[in-house]
Amino acid sequence: MSALTREETQALIQEVLEVYPEKAKKDRAKHLAVNDQSVEQSKKCITSNRKSLPGVMTVRGCAYAGSKGVVWGPIKDMIHISHGPVGCGAYSRAGRRNYYVGHTGVNTFGTMNFTSDFQEKDIVFGGDKKLDKLITEIEGLFPLSKGISIQSECPIGLIGDDIEAVAKKQSKALDKPVVPVRCEGFRGVSQSLGHHIANDAIRDWVIGNRDGDESFQVGPYDVAVIGDYNIGGDAWSSRILLEEMGLRVVAQWSGDGTLSEMELTPKVKLNLIHCYRSMNYISRHMEEKYGVPWMEYNFFGPTKIAESLRKIAGFFDETIQANAETVIAKYTAEYEAIIAKYRPRLEGKKVMLYVGGLRPRHVIGAYEDLGMEVVGTGYEFAHNDDYDRTIKEMGNATLLYDDITGYEFEEFVKKVKPDLIGSGIKEKYIFQKMGIPFRQMHSWDYSGPYHGYDGFAIFARDMDMTINNPCWKQMQAPWQQSAEQEAAPLAASA
Amino acid sequence: MPNVMIRKNDAGDLLFYVAKKDMEETIASVELDDAEQWGGEVELTDGSRWYIDPISPPPAFPTTLRFKRGDD
Repeated sequence: MSALTREETQALIQEVLEVYPEKAKKDRAKHLAVNDQSVEQSKKCITSNRKSLPGVMTVRGCAYAGSKGVVWGPIKDMIHISHGPVGCGAYSRAGRRNYYVGHTGVNTFGTMNFTSDFQEKDIVFGGDKKLDKLITEIEGLFPLSKGISIQSECPIGLIGDDIEAVAKKQSKALDKPVVPVRCEGFRGVSQSLGHHIANDAIRDWVIGNRDGDESFQVGPYDVAVIGDYNIGGDAWSSRILLEEMGLRVVAQWSGDGTLSEMELTPKVKLNLIHCYRSMNYISRHMEEKYGVPWMEYNFFGPTKIAESLRKIAGFFDETIQANAETVIAKYTAEYEAIIAKYRPRLEGKKVMLYVGGLRPRHVIGAYEDLGMEVVGTGYEFAHNDDYDRTIKEMGNATLLYDDITGYEFEEFVKKVKPDLIGSGIKEKYIFQKMGIPFRQMHSWDYSGPYHGYDGFAIFARDMDMTINNPCWKQMQAPWQQSAEQEAAPLAASA
Repeated sequence: MPNVMIRKNDAGDLLFYVAKKDMEETIASVELDDAEQWGGEVELTDGSRWYIDPISPPPAFPTTLRFKRGDD
């Protein structure tokens, strides 16, 4: 099927909306749009960051997920207490594959689950005593932890516990940062507010810790990688490119990151933001308070990598700029070989994306490098500024969908018939059973890294092995196949 | 009276960012913008108007300031 025209796309949206009751239809219509590159501001065509309608299937998470799961969780040498009932911590444990190096349970704690396991009596009488005891216990069992963060689950806000008081008391007693984070799950409309709350907690409790401490030797080429969660090793494959350019990566936020790295970040020369949605808040704060400029970059696919490397180098002197060119030149043969190998197998394939807050626009370049076309994209929890940046990346008359419901997504896919869908685990099995190749783009479907030149090779291979997998030809039961189809394999084998 | 962070973008224009409102707009014009003071009526590219009492000497950007709605 050829690409849809603007009218066809608009008609498709109308058709999909038809089943909703009047009020729901009116609300959902604001979240679905046909991309128009001439629109300067996304708020004119699409509404985002609004409460999901009760009754529809949304795949959004909660503020706790945004804070503990995304921002704080990957900080490896701190212990993150899931304060409240046991489930939140158990189900968010280690599923995101943010890799780190260290001895788990000795000096790093990334894949462990610490929880205060609230019972009825804690809800009735308050959980502060339990939290206090828990922190003392942690200190006894894991003395090498560098700090503790208290990630509130819903009941903490509902019963009005004073976790800040406990944190202050214990911080003094242990002589370590103990950070209370008010990220109760019911706050906000999605995990996005959790990112903001987590950023604010870092601002208030971490960033200023080394103010006035000049013992850290600053260099002229210090940078911090912000908003890279090292999923499948993403931050590592990004970091080597920056280091080859001659930059010194002082901190990784927060994949494979440590508390002291975060404390040192205000002393760098430039903050590099990968995930704009989850960490722009802290970058803006550092720019205002410490005068550290920040820039967004994109390490998906060689075109965007080269663009980003040159832009990063633009902040530094000629040596770095020359090095950037050397790095690009060094990897050219490597990525050209990958494109030569996979592009013929993937050329012209259509992709629909629906991911969190960054990848729906960041990976477009990588698909285009492979000759693929993104025909629809959307975010779970993006804001207007994300759509502002998306409109330019997407082709005209493509679909944009915000906080898409399960029903809408299925209907769009039935009509648009993409060759590949990139979305999350909740969508994966539905679409695979519909016979459509699918990649899980939150945790790279247990693969990765996808960042950097090394990651691009893996990305291309993964897309190829998904789309060109022979299983997609076996979707029909043999007795339902027509006689010709049956004859074909026999003829081939004969 | 929202808290607004004013910063310069790559092109050198001033950006008007309200975190709570999830709003980032470019400033089209500022009533008073000279070596002495900065402020007064501020108009954004989307047509909305805001007001701040002139600050003297002009603040160094980026900075966070409290603005009033200029419509009323």
